[in-house]
Amino acid sequence: MLNPKYKFFLPVLLFGGMVIMFAIGLQRDPSEIPSTFIDKPAPAFDLPQLLNADKRLTQETLLGQVSLLNVWGSWCAGCASEHELLMSIAFESGVPIYGLNWKDERDAAINWLSQLGNPYTAIGVDQDNVIGIEYGVYGAPETFLIDTSGVIRHKHIGPLTRAVWETDFVPRIDELLRGSSS
Amino acid sequence: MRFRGCVLPCVVLVLLAGSAGAIDPSERMDDPEQQAFYETITAEVRCLVCQNQTIANSTAPLAADLRREIRRMIEGGQSESEIKDFLVARYGDFILYKPRFQSWTLLLWIGPFVFLLVGVLTLMRVVAKRAVLPIDEDAE
Repeated sequence: MLNPKYKFFLPVLLFGGMVIMFAIGLQRDPSEIPSTFIDKPAPAFDLPQLLNADKRLTQETLLGQVSLLNVWGSWCAGCASEHELLMSIAFESGVPIYGLNWKDERDAAINWLSQLGNPYTAIGVDQDNVIGIEYGVYGAPETFLIDTSGVIRHKHIGPLTRAVWETDFVPRIDELLRGSSS
Repeated sequence: MRFRGCVLPCVVLVLLAGSAGAIDPSERMDDPEQQAFYETITAEVRCLVCQNQTIANSTAPLAADLRREIRRMIEGGQSESEIKDFLVARYGDFILYKPRFQSWTLLLWIGPFVFLLVGVLTLMRVVAKRAVLPIDEDAE
């Protein structure tokens, strides 16, 4: 049994442990819910394309390349704030970005792209949030990183920033590209 | 008191808000049993946008979409656990207000009882120890 002399420290230790746990808990952002999809195949979808309504965008379109799937809507303020970054990712990094136009009006979406530019290789229209639910989307923007075999590797919730892109995406993409070429 | 004038209306409003419950009464299901099931299950699912509301009482568009999906599944004859599996697979455990009893939620469920047990045992030991202490302090 513990030396009674040190018993005094027991509550202090317990309290210290609690403080550490609370400190960690408070640092977390409760609005960021961990995705259940990491390392799982991207759910299937088959959607009409926004800009070529007679063409379809499916999960098979994404195979054979490392790509991003970006959930956006013209109504979404966060999407506007990440748009410039998406443009530069699309034209500088060579990683194709597929768009999921989520709970949006077709005309508003097209208008938005013609004003701000179109970083997307192709865009699927999910006006009624049928595919959004399949992907566990609960707010726009959300960005999924999908590998060459169609497996989701990372998900970012909220607007992308240069810092997020460089720390959370670039290393993973490099690794995936290395893995697929060897 | 200056605030008295506002207390009663506030209380009445809060009470009324509780009874406002059904968010899309126009879309009641034909089968009252299914409707009751629908009301029960939507009251246990968290709206992830607003987090502290259930989808039964949230006006967020995402909550409406999830209600639609749940309604469709109930009409398709799916069971409560099938519907919950569907939601958890996509949105994670957080979507359920009542966490499931699983290996990683074990501490959450039995933790309070463990603490209670530890407390009772400690109390018993302390009481037992005190019981044998000499009552007369001079005796030492």
